[in-house]
Amino acid sequence: MHGVNWVALSVFVLLFGFITWLGFAAAHWRKGDLDQLHEWGLAGRRFGTLITWFLVGGDLYTAYTFIAVPALAFGAGAVAFFAVPYTIVVYPLLFLVFPRLWHVCHKHGYITAGDFVRGRYGNRWLALAITVTGIVATMPYIALQLVGLQVVLGGLGLSGTGLAADMPLVIAFLILAAFTYSSGLRAPASIAIVKDILIYITAFAAVIAIPMQLGGFGKIFAGVPHEKLLLAVPGANSTGAYGAYATLALGSALALLLYPHSLTAILSASSGRAIRRNAALLPGYSFMLGLLALVGFFALGAGVAKLPEFADGFKQFGNNFAVPALFLHSFPDWFVGVAFAAVGIGALVPAAIMSIAAANLYTRNIHCEFINRNPTPKQEAQLAKWVSLIVKAGALVFILFVPTKYAIYLQLLGGIWIIQTLPALVIGAYTRWFNDWALLIGWAIGTYAGTAMAISQDLKPAFPLKVGDWNLPGYTAFYTLLLNLVVAAVLTLVFNAMRGKAPVTDATVATDYHA
Amino acid sequence: MNTPADKRGERSTWSWWYLLFLVQFVAVLWPPFYNKAEPALLGMPFFYWYQLACVVVAAVITAFIYVITER
Repeated sequence: MHGVNWVALSVFVLLFGFITWLGFAAAHWRKGDLDQLHEWGLAGRRFGTLITWFLVGGDLYTAYTFIAVPALAFGAGAVAFFAVPYTIVVYPLLFLVFPRLWHVCHKHGYITAGDFVRGRYGNRWLALAITVTGIVATMPYIALQLVGLQVVLGGLGLSGTGLAADMPLVIAFLILAAFTYSSGLRAPASIAIVKDILIYITAFAAVIAIPMQLGGFGKIFAGVPHEKLLLAVPGANSTGAYGAYATLALGSALALLLYPHSLTAILSASSGRAIRRNAALLPGYSFMLGLLALVGFFALGAGVAKLPEFADGFKQFGNNFAVPALFLHSFPDWFVGVAFAAVGIGALVPAAIMSIAAANLYTRNIHCEFINRNPTPKQEAQLAKWVSLIVKAGALVFILFVPTKYAIYLQLLGGIWIIQTLPALVIGAYTRWFNDWALLIGWAIGTYAGTAMAISQDLKPAFPLKVGDWNLPGYTAFYTLLLNLVVAAVLTLVFNAMRGKAPVTDATVATDYHA
Repeated sequence: MNTPADKRGERSTWSWWYLLFLVQFVAVLWPPFYNKAEPALLGMPFFYWYQLACVVVAAVITAFIYVITER
């Protein structure tokens, strides 16, 4: 690589040092008894509108997003902008469904999706399916955060051979593991404030300064090849790129809030009202993500892929190096340090929340359900802390020893898997109509079909569905969710007919779902 | 641990105002509306600035629904 950029590295290390201190100090913020799982893992459900905004924003708009979405624009063009409709349609869902889930979880002391499903349906196997899906979908997501971190560390010129090459990543991860262990969800919540401010500064600087250097938007877009500028117009009897774009946006939106780390951040809010307010405030991040997607085009316009000093970076990280290369090319060194710290810290916030969410799930819905049914609150919290370490170590080992593309594949599959929990979780927030075994079978069929369809397409997100004379290419997760819903609905009718009017198990009542 | 705001009672039931959410779904999930380069704004093709503008419109709609259903 092109040698270490000392100015940028110094700024980067300084900011990293600051958030490390902040992560540990956070243990004393809105102090609670960290030997209780809801204090360690949900920060005592005490975050108001503003902190929730930083926390959920820092959680959903991850470092990987900030690297991968512009990289997709850089490589594939207009389709990358699906991230904008995706993050528009997700907020009505947040507004309508999640205050209900917040209320029922608050009332019954539920911490995870598994807890809710266990209470709502009284079926430990359905709860186990939801739990395992959550953990399995989260693991590669944590690993991908490390990819974001790796790319900026590479951009700073930190390279080497063997163990030395991985040291910066390992150090960053040890810091993350330590403050998550000691402070729980309070750590990423406090760091998210720093991270989000840095990201906003970086995004606006990039969108204002770089086009000025490149001669304006008109010139940048004039340089984008025509086939990348817009979606391809579908041919006869096909929904083509339009259907793929819309289902990708809608399916991703439906999946996003089902991830354990989303629920963890949302449940840590202090009221349903704080969640609803955030549905109107979080689009601030969507706007910034849209701006950052444009940065992919700026990288095309600046021609960074052809500059010799970035050849090694592109070789190592592919299109993911487009944004770091553009920043190195366009910004003064000290600001490169700020921008890279924004991405690097942006990796730690969601990674911390994801590991906490996975730890909560394992502790509550596997360990306490199947292994030790009566732990003390202290044992429960201690176990979750250890599991959060194991989860992160697993992600680190994965990223160090397995090629990155497998983490990306698994994360794509993760979207297909996690969306299969929608019927039990989202529809379950409204009605107990579905039979629990029908939901479990629907989940199993959706998961199996989705995995098989994705593998048949070499793990590309769109599946070329054919119905009669029509070609309907669309997001596999979306299609298999429809399949899951149909199976669950039909089987519910069948099971209800078989068992007659026997009462259903449900630990919750209608009034639990609102104030 | 309810806040005083909760105790005053949050809206819990269905409101017809929620149908306004459909505006943003239709606006961004139907690409034929916006898959074109013209009219450009400050050199940015329609495809891009339209969707960015939709983010703002969606946020305003959501804020409006919040205010009107919270009363």
